[in-house]
Amino acid sequence: MSQVGCVVTHWIVGNEQDKGIPNAQSKNRIRNHMRRYSAFAIAREGARYHTGWERAWKSSEPKKRYDAIIVGAGGHGLATAYYLGKNHGIKNVAILEKGWLGGGNTGRNTTIIRSNYLQDPSAAIYEKARSLYETMSQDLNYNVMFSPRGVMMLAQTEHEIRGYERTAHANALQGVATEFISPQRVKELVPIINIHGPRYPVLGALWQPRGGTARHDAVAWGYARACSDMGMDIIQQCEVTGVRRDGDKVLGVDTTKGAIDCDKLGVVVAGHSGVLADMAGFRLPIESVALQALVSEPIKPCMDVVVMANTVHGYMSQSDKGEMVIGGGADGYNNYTQRGSFHHIEETVRALVETFPMISRLKMLRQWGGIVDMTGDRSPIISKTPVENMFINCGWGTGGFKAIPGSGWAMAELMAKGASPLADEFTMWRFGEGKFIDESVAAGVAH
Amino acid sequence: MSMRLKTGGRLVNRASQVEFNFNGKRLFGHEGDTLASALLANDQMLVGRSFKYHRPRGIVASGAEEPNALMNMGEGAKFEPNQRATTTELFDGLSVGSQNHWPSLEYDIGAVNGLFARFLSAGFYYKMFIHPRPFWKHIYEPFIRQSAGLGKAPTEKDADTYEHLYAFYDVVVIGGGIAGLQAGRTVAASGASVLVMEQTAHWGGRAVVDGGEIGGQSTEDFVNDSLEKLAAMDNVTLKTRMMGAGVYDHGYVLGYERVSDHAPKTTGPRHRLWRIRAGQIITATGAIERPLSFAGNDIPGVMLASAVRDYVVNWGVAVGDRTVVVTNNDDAYRTAIALKQAGLDVPVILDARANGAGSLGDTAREMGIRVENGKAIAKVKGGKRVTGVAICAQAGSGGVLEEIACDAVAMSGGWSPAVHLYSHCGGKLNWDDQAVMFRPDLNRRPTDQNGEGFVTPAGSANGELALSAVLADAIARAKEAVKALGHKAPSTRVPEASEKGENAVEPVWLMPQGAGDKLRMKTWLDFQNDVKVSDVQLAALEGYESVEHTKRYTTLGMATDQGKLSNINGLATLADALNTDIPNVGTTTFRPPYTPISMGAIAGAARDEVFQPLRQTPMQGWHDENGADYEPVGHWRRAYCYRRGSETRAQAVEREILQTRKSLGLLDASTLGKLVVKGPDTGKFLDMMYTNMMSNLAVGKCRYGLMCSENGFLIDDGVVARIDEDTWLCHTTTGGADRIHAHMEEWLQTEWWDWKVYVANMTEQFAQVAVVGPNARKVLEKLGGMDVSKDALKFMQWADGTLGGFKARVYRISFSGELSYEIAVPANEGRAFWDALLEAGAEFDVMPYGTEALHVMRAEKGFIMIGDETDGTVIPQDLNMQWAISKKKEDFLGKRAQQRSHMVSPDRWKLVGLETLDGSVLPDGSYAFAPGTNANGQRKTQGRVTSTYYSPTLGRGIAMGLVHHGPDRMGEVIEFNKVDGSLVKAKIVDQVFYDAEGAKQNV
Repeated sequence: MSQVGCVVTHWIVGNEQDKGIPNAQSKNRIRNHMRRYSAFAIAREGARYHTGWERAWKSSEPKKRYDAIIVGAGGHGLATAYYLGKNHGIKNVAILEKGWLGGGNTGRNTTIIRSNYLQDPSAAIYEKARSLYETMSQDLNYNVMFSPRGVMMLAQTEHEIRGYERTAHANALQGVATEFISPQRVKELVPIINIHGPRYPVLGALWQPRGGTARHDAVAWGYARACSDMGMDIIQQCEVTGVRRDGDKVLGVDTTKGAIDCDKLGVVVAGHSGVLADMAGFRLPIESVALQALVSEPIKPCMDVVVMANTVHGYMSQSDKGEMVIGGGADGYNNYTQRGSFHHIEETVRALVETFPMISRLKMLRQWGGIVDMTGDRSPIISKTPVENMFINCGWGTGGFKAIPGSGWAMAELMAKGASPLADEFTMWRFGEGKFIDESVAAGVAH
Repeated sequence: MSMRLKTGGRLVNRASQVEFNFNGKRLFGHEGDTLASALLANDQMLVGRSFKYHRPRGIVASGAEEPNALMNMGEGAKFEPNQRATTTELFDGLSVGSQNHWPSLEYDIGAVNGLFARFLSAGFYYKMFIHPRPFWKHIYEPFIRQSAGLGKAPTEKDADTYEHLYAFYDVVVIGGGIAGLQAGRTVAASGASVLVMEQTAHWGGRAVVDGGEIGGQSTEDFVNDSLEKLAAMDNVTLKTRMMGAGVYDHGYVLGYERVSDHAPKTTGPRHRLWRIRAGQIITATGAIERPLSFAGNDIPGVMLASAVRDYVVNWGVAVGDRTVVVTNNDDAYRTAIALKQAGLDVPVILDARANGAGSLGDTAREMGIRVENGKAIAKVKGGKRVTGVAICAQAGSGGVLEEIACDAVAMSGGWSPAVHLYSHCGGKLNWDDQAVMFRPDLNRRPTDQNGEGFVTPAGSANGELALSAVLADAIARAKEAVKALGHKAPSTRVPEASEKGENAVEPVWLMPQGAGDKLRMKTWLDFQNDVKVSDVQLAALEGYESVEHTKRYTTLGMATDQGKLSNINGLATLADALNTDIPNVGTTTFRPPYTPISMGAIAGAARDEVFQPLRQTPMQGWHDENGADYEPVGHWRRAYCYRRGSETRAQAVEREILQTRKSLGLLDASTLGKLVVKGPDTGKFLDMMYTNMMSNLAVGKCRYGLMCSENGFLIDDGVVARIDEDTWLCHTTTGGADRIHAHMEEWLQTEWWDWKVYVANMTEQFAQVAVVGPNARKVLEKLGGMDVSKDALKFMQWADGTLGGFKARVYRISFSGELSYEIAVPANEGRAFWDALLEAGAEFDVMPYGTEALHVMRAEKGFIMIGDETDGTVIPQDLNMQWAISKKKEDFLGKRAQQRSHMVSPDRWKLVGLETLDGSVLPDGSYAFAPGTNANGQRKTQGRVTSTYYSPTLGRGIAMGLVHHGPDRMGEVIEFNKVDGSLVKAKIVDQVFYDAEGAKQNV
């Protein structure tokens, strides 16, 4: 096989850590490989009316058995599968999705990526995720438009200043680059902000220059394409209806497309985690609530960074399309509607009109909601379960998008090796021990 | 060219002249014009540029569905981008500019994108700009951002005002066409209260343009007659210029009233957001015409057939001299007939159906219009304006049969019911193969809290297009709504309406049927976002098969019209590409608002000072007048300190502390939470809420208490006073008052609902002043009226009495370590009492002090502060407060949680005092290092600072912190980090820095 073919193999099948794949096997795989995306590919296809593009991911029917099944083809599930293959050589994997891939919170969030967390376990996994976002477009050969434009969290009370100064100190020891900046610097970075609000003047901000945003759908699609390219089966419109066990050991799942066996089962289904846990016979400390977001009509660029204002409850960034992307707090009652109420929109918009007075004359184009899975300490669960070889990854609450690659990395390691330093503190048993990872000090608002 | 006709135009007042400005040009229109009709009357067909390719864009529609004609409007503090010309009423002095081009609308550099269009297919940006990595942030993205966006960003604070209005109706009817009016009449006849709203300034909707007769009246007379009857009824409210923006759970409707957009010089709010609770909602929102998909369908001059008709009939404006009509249904013939009647030329009607139209076709032919059945447009010719069409057979692949010169094309691809509002709250749709439309499934309407339908579509919004069917449906649906409310349905009869025999619409999703790659790349679905038939087909080819994937991959339907024109055509194209049928593809989700609404309206009147509720203590006026430097605390603003002259904050705080410790200080403590808890089971209840025992507190005494969450974490603290046998008064922190009140109520209402306990939040009923310092007793004795001596009112006791004539409750408690009384008086006497204290205290140089002095003095005494020493992860045991945790009680909130393994671990960090070796102030939030790193490469830590201040009393920095095994390590020196990477050494000491033996308060 040619040198070129080997290069293709290199980026998608595995990296240098991925030893032990016999040469013949990797040669074998090359024939099935998807073509790379590039400006040249665009030029080639443009010349023939784009009739030569391949499917981004194959449409598969389930096999009888897999080494691992991931339930849930959202960002976290797809990333888990991707790193199972890439880091641990486990490629006989199916990803089951009851709807369409990336259709849950992966495709509904406000795309903010940051890692300025207070507690060590959080900072570790979110910073891992953020660093993986840095190279994701190249790793996946799919432009996810990671844009490290900087994220700032405004301090608008004396108490918030102290909280963010504490976070900055913690981040310095965690290897997360953040700093507490002055109101003047805030104004320089965000000319449209009003730092002299009569009620909550801006007193400073916690600034993470390498935080930013990415194109949320592209993250799911890029992972899906890479998983499919490794030979994994992505099976959409396939709902899991039961978890099959032999005593305390998992055997497989029942689905609307029949029974499928597996050695290991990873459940990554966000708001519906409790439902899957129930099928397997255990309970999870998860509540599901609606979280809303909205966008304005598109306007020419006026804000290049992400601003979060926790005291007044709102955050905003501007998408590459020009829309102001806005989010706020979660609804105060449990539900599965994916709708939410007007009242939260009002509260959020009011806060942001106060913070950015010019948006008063923009118009809200669309509001939507997603169901977020909240744990008792608002931190995720990446854990073994009472059922042997069944693993669960959930509870990302209002902040899951930013964690996708780190979450997948940790979950894959946990499934492959039985432990992962990034996941160890996030066990589902920590609630019973009182060993919470509480970030409420650092983030009083959904994010 | 487009122009104003000599006659016609039912909405314009030809006697008036209205001047406006477009791209710097002075133009004229009439009263009653929309900006769109006025632009067309001035031959301004080119009005903007598309999003991606910067293609020339003309007006396509006549209403809310318009995707192209978006304007930068106004200036300065009244500037607004993306104003839709079709829904902007013309007024004198209106000034707009077209968007998304440089240097000008006519010559736009961005149009170069169009040259590369064949490479900029759907999702091209996911496939390129990948290497080299830094280029995305520094080169590609800035370029893409710069070329994205439509209107300009406003730069100034909005000069207009907005308001909210709360309203309640039995029935809300959305839409003021004949269906809405008829539904309103039917509901009103039942006696139910009803609001009928219409988004435009005019009633009647399409029917008054389309003509016909209802019960022997013209449609226009029917509309006027209905309005007259409705206006005469007390139970009816009629509103124009009010759009149904959104439908939410539990009968919640948003009405978006544009109060003065059309008359900006009037006073009052610009927009008013109606927040309505309705028993039943009827969506009579009509239907939206679909474009047809043929090559060049985006060229200015190609418009919806209904819009062409509207401009002629409503505004007396011809969009062209020669208009080709192309259709798959009979309705478009009305446009041809209207144009002909106005004296305009219609060279041909191209009907894609082999069998053509019914009686309207005959009428057209009788008027001399050429009608071609089974024909289609192969291609529209022209650049910035239509110059002609090439005709082909619909059944073929686009072989040109004939070319016809024209300057406008009126297209109709059939009608889609406007199901948006019906769908917002979960209403489901069915695909109707005969009518070629998604229409509401009345068996799966949005349901209320009882599982009953509460949103009912009526008329065209329910898929009925013929006059008589619309009226019959409106009456039937209105009767159902009335019955659902428990009213008796009136016996409204369906009026007779004239009917034309129409032939069925036929699905035409691509024109011609076999159009090849080249044509499909020129066939637009979404005009604003530049999504073409070929893009949707590419998405399907690449596996983006879900309609949501296709939407997100191509941006179909994501423009400011949210797919009102493009969605159905797009998903039909997708269904075709996937070789499946339309219902299998389904729709994307309809979300509020129906059309974009201003952020100003959403925020309402709550801005600036009153953007959140502003709570003020009775003494606020004094603070304002005496240099208070405020900090926000919840909805309160509290004085951080009172600055005199050129003092810095630090200097003011120092002065306040020193004088208080030396002689006398006053603190406005009115914001402290004051919850009165009363009832025979109160003792039992408070024993559950607090970690300490509260049931055995003697009447007349106070006790400091701690409250924990179920998870054992400390959430609030404060002094509890036993008022009488079954009344306790619980002080909470300022920020905690509402939260703790809710916390108590939650437990009382959900767990202990049978306990006889009542909680009242009396925070604002009392003004409270802390009188602090060695001279505290003297000043109270000077006021006189009750005995506050050491023996009469011991530490941690309270007494009622009078002080200086004020009815007062005096608590002898201290948060500063000084002799201290906290005195509550009725709120309305607070200021007078404060003034009396200042007057009496003058001889002691009384010193009002703010929150910072409060904080420093409590830290000097080693007292904890909720929010500083606690952060939601700290239990009382961490703070060495075992003394406040009852061992006698069987249970209290947090008790079980505090027995969990990690809670009883000896490795928990515990509270100590910290003193820097150099006397400096430790940085806020600093961490103490431990050797090495953890498994994730993070530096290990062994403690952190919780409070740190400069102590004027001690003349050095003092701090408290949580440290691993802290209390066992007294005297040990540990290192804390600073953000600049340097270190500070601090010694572990006792947390009480000042008057450890309590001599100062024990006097």
